[in-house]
Amino acid sequence: MANLKEVKERITSVVSTQQITKAMKMVSAAKLRRAQDKIVQMRPYSQKLTAILNNVSAASEGDDDVVYAQKREVKNVLIVPVTSDKGLCGAFNSNIIKATVALIHNQLAGKHITILPLGKKAYEAFKKTDLPAVNQYYQIFADLTFDNVREAALHAMNGFTSGSYDQVFLVFNEFKNVATQFVVAEQFLPMQRLEAEGAEKVNEVEYLMEPSREYIIEELVPNALKIQFYKAVLESNASEHGARMTAMDKATENAGELLKELRLLYNRSRQAAITNEILEIVAGANALEGK
Amino acid sequence: MHLEIVTPDKKVFQGEVTEASFPGANGSFQVLKNHAPLVSALSKGAISYTTKDGRFNLVVDGGVVEVKDDHIIVLAEKVVG
Repeated sequence: MANLKEVKERITSVVSTQQITKAMKMVSAAKLRRAQDKIVQMRPYSQKLTAILNNVSAASEGDDDVVYAQKREVKNVLIVPVTSDKGLCGAFNSNIIKATVALIHNQLAGKHITILPLGKKAYEAFKKTDLPAVNQYYQIFADLTFDNVREAALHAMNGFTSGSYDQVFLVFNEFKNVATQFVVAEQFLPMQRLEAEGAEKVNEVEYLMEPSREYIIEELVPNALKIQFYKAVLESNASEHGARMTAMDKATENAGELLKELRLLYNRSRQAAITNEILEIVAGANALEGK
Repeated sequence: MHLEIVTPDKKVFQGEVTEASFPGANGSFQVLKNHAPLVSALSKGAISYTTKDGRFNLVVDGGVVEVKDDHIIVLAEKVVG
């Protein structure tokens, strides 16, 4: 039978672990709500942006010679893996790292790869490899605003226009719901056709364009790209808290089960100890009587 | 007229205005009621608008404005103050 004191100590330690995981789950739930709010707040901007862009580009057809859509022979590739700063969220981060490594070895085998990690976990994982990395942006989650994220997006976009990268990929967790995230490897540049999602179909309005249609498109397209980038980061942020919530919920549950077993063991050993004591006393009394 | 100013982080302003002026890429301009449909790029500068509570100022760092059917939508990347 296990030592009573030992079991008691384990019970206290499991109880305090359970308290921590429970608290972390609660914190994640609150943070998840805030992360989802951010996505919701960005939505009007991105919808109106695509709507205006559609209106403007519908005004005349064709000429899609936007710099960001240029397809070149692919030699240099930038990959942007988006992870979190902290662990304890299940397979959230390792999925991203795995997907990135798979991308490098399969689809992009033989290309010259550069990594731009976002989130401390990605930074730490790719620091160990000998891949060249752009490391001045990985701390964006410390203060997640559009302003900070756009710096990283600009780095990728400027690298693309100046020719140092021919292709840019985003690898991030897409937020499906609290319990499910999907790892997505999305081509960021050259840009794909802008999806007209949510925008009403071409209403034939003659707009006055100030200063010119080309100028406006030139202004809007980079904006739309930055928004796409920001969206990926926000999705990943929401997924992180969702993943941590599920992980902590499971941990709390497991701690509960462990506690149940430990308490049973504790009571059993206590019972056994008492039985033992009675036996000893009775035996002692018997020995005295039979003197 | 209805004016909306949005950034990716939040909706900065939404409400009825009688007049609004913008820092267009080709110089500042003003929008009054029944303006023709317009899309204009903005440069860095101040947006000012008049509501029934008075006149307000906001500084934006570039963006784009759309005017249609007395609806003005300003998409700004960054609002300074």
